[in-house]
Amino acid sequence: MSKVPSDFKYSKNHEWIREQDDGTLICGITDHAQASLGDLVFVELPEVEDTVVSGDVCAVVESVKAASDVYCPLSGTIIKTNKALTNNPELVNSDPYGEGWLFCLRINYSAEFEELLDNESYARLLAEIDD
Amino acid sequence: MPFIPHTKTDTESMLRAIGVDELEQLFDEIPSSLRCSDVNGVPSALTEHEVGRLMRERAAMDGFNLSFLGAGAYEHHIPAAVWELTTRGEFYSSYTPYQAEASQGTLQVIYEYQTMMASLTGLEVSNASLYDGASALAEAILMAVRVNKTSKSRRILIPKSLHPHYIEVVRTITSSQAIDLVELPYDRSSGRTDFNVLQRYNNEDITAIVIPQPNFFGVLEDVDALADWAYEHGALGVAVVNPLALGLLTPPGHWGQEGVPIACGEGQPLGAPLSSGGPYFGFLTCRKSLIRQLPGRLVGRTLDADGKPGFTLTLQAREQHIRRSRATSNICTNQGLMVTAATIFMALLGPEGLRRVAALCHNRTVSLVEAATLIEGVEQVFSASCFHEAVLKLPVSAEFVLDFMRDKGVLGGVPLESWFPDFDNSILVCATETKTLDDIAAYVALLRDAIEAAGARS
Repeated sequence: MSKVPSDFKYSKNHEWIREQDDGTLICGITDHAQASLGDLVFVELPEVEDTVVSGDVCAVVESVKAASDVYCPLSGTIIKTNKALTNNPELVNSDPYGEGWLFCLRINYSAEFEELLDNESYARLLAEIDD
Repeated sequence: MPFIPHTKTDTESMLRAIGVDELEQLFDEIPSSLRCSDVNGVPSALTEHEVGRLMRERAAMDGFNLSFLGAGAYEHHIPAAVWELTTRGEFYSSYTPYQAEASQGTLQVIYEYQTMMASLTGLEVSNASLYDGASALAEAILMAVRVNKTSKSRRILIPKSLHPHYIEVVRTITSSQAIDLVELPYDRSSGRTDFNVLQRYNNEDITAIVIPQPNFFGVLEDVDALADWAYEHGALGVAVVNPLALGLLTPPGHWGQEGVPIACGEGQPLGAPLSSGGPYFGFLTCRKSLIRQLPGRLVGRTLDADGKPGFTLTLQAREQHIRRSRATSNICTNQGLMVTAATIFMALLGPEGLRRVAALCHNRTVSLVEAATLIEGVEQVFSASCFHEAVLKLPVSAEFVLDFMRDKGVLGGVPLESWFPDFDNSILVCATETKTLDDIAAYVALLRDAIEAAGARS
């Protein structure tokens, strides 16, 4: 069973989002997403200062099996990316909710954030997928 | 004999199985306005014998001229072993090496080709080849745009001294990609890319700059200065090189202080015959850090389940069959047979052989230019050093001179005026290692006769 921690928000595309103390958001892919992809060999990250719109492709995670697009869960501006993934993409597999984070962003509309799934809704979504 | 394997009965039973009455119904959704019932201009069928005869007659029309043409395709001696081996059934008829367990020979050839091209260009990675030099440049430019994320302009500096066909192909392929191609003029006296004009872009956002070596006029560019300019101004240097010339010249990976990260070009000089323009192949090499943006097939060396070395297609997540519309390119094939010939050609010559061929080409062209410019009124147009081509200005009509020489069995050069209106009565000439000193003496004598005949005519 995939981990779905309670202090995170989730998107239907299997990204997680967490609000940080300074009000910015940090994003990554969920435990379920990393497990489905298998061992990651490469992560293509957005550029800092890129403007992103929710639903846009903003990163790519490549495993030995496939390359998958990561959709931006919210509209905003990229303020930081996880440089450690350039040489250690496997951090996404070993610690998807921690050291395997992908990028931080500052968002335009907080309404979008409120519409994200909470941990219970996301866990239900995963249960449906498993069925 | 029709080359459609289905009999009428096969077709009928297949249509029955899917519940369709007649074949036409399968094409219903294509509007009639888009369908052509007749293909115009295609003559009626010929028998195999008739086609064979027609081809022999057409081939004979080419004649056995002594050719001093270059302009992008070059006549070189190809050792007999190259095509003797390349046309063996194992290479000649082998299919796409997707099944590694059944394609080790093909994969190994491509791997060795990649290794040689990487070494020749001074870069770390080569793909398995592309269609031709011009489309390889277009792919290299698209790659540079993907790679250079700090540049937002999608603006590419492309020298006017590049082959005009290459510029056209690049325009065609990049036109729908919001890429801004800015042509850089050449210096009228040296024939090199004009560095003074380049300085105007010092404070602009330039994504990449194309650096030819040699350029279309055969002139050697100051590639170190151009590569340094690119590096210092945040633009990616994209080299377009004659691979044979690299037997002698500094490879793009070592140009200037930092080298350029991408190189491409036409592979024809490495073992492919002229054959009226093709098939040839394009090559594309880059630094390892850019590998995920490299288009085309890539073969890697690995270990099998028993720990034995083997070869396989690798990093396929870049490609269409996995990445779909977000693939690095719609290129999903390579010029396998031409690459096989090139690999054998390079293996036979070795670095020293390539160096000697390149040096001989250069020497022959220098001899030709020296002798030709002794004729009154014939001048070498550009002052910078050349590789194995040069532009000559004639005192009379280039068209008349070239026709006169062709009537005597010599292809005297490529007239430049249609591409470069400034260069009236100018021709681009090339002498490779295939031309002897006697050939060159004959060329110069004929050129003198042609010019005199033109003078007498007027």
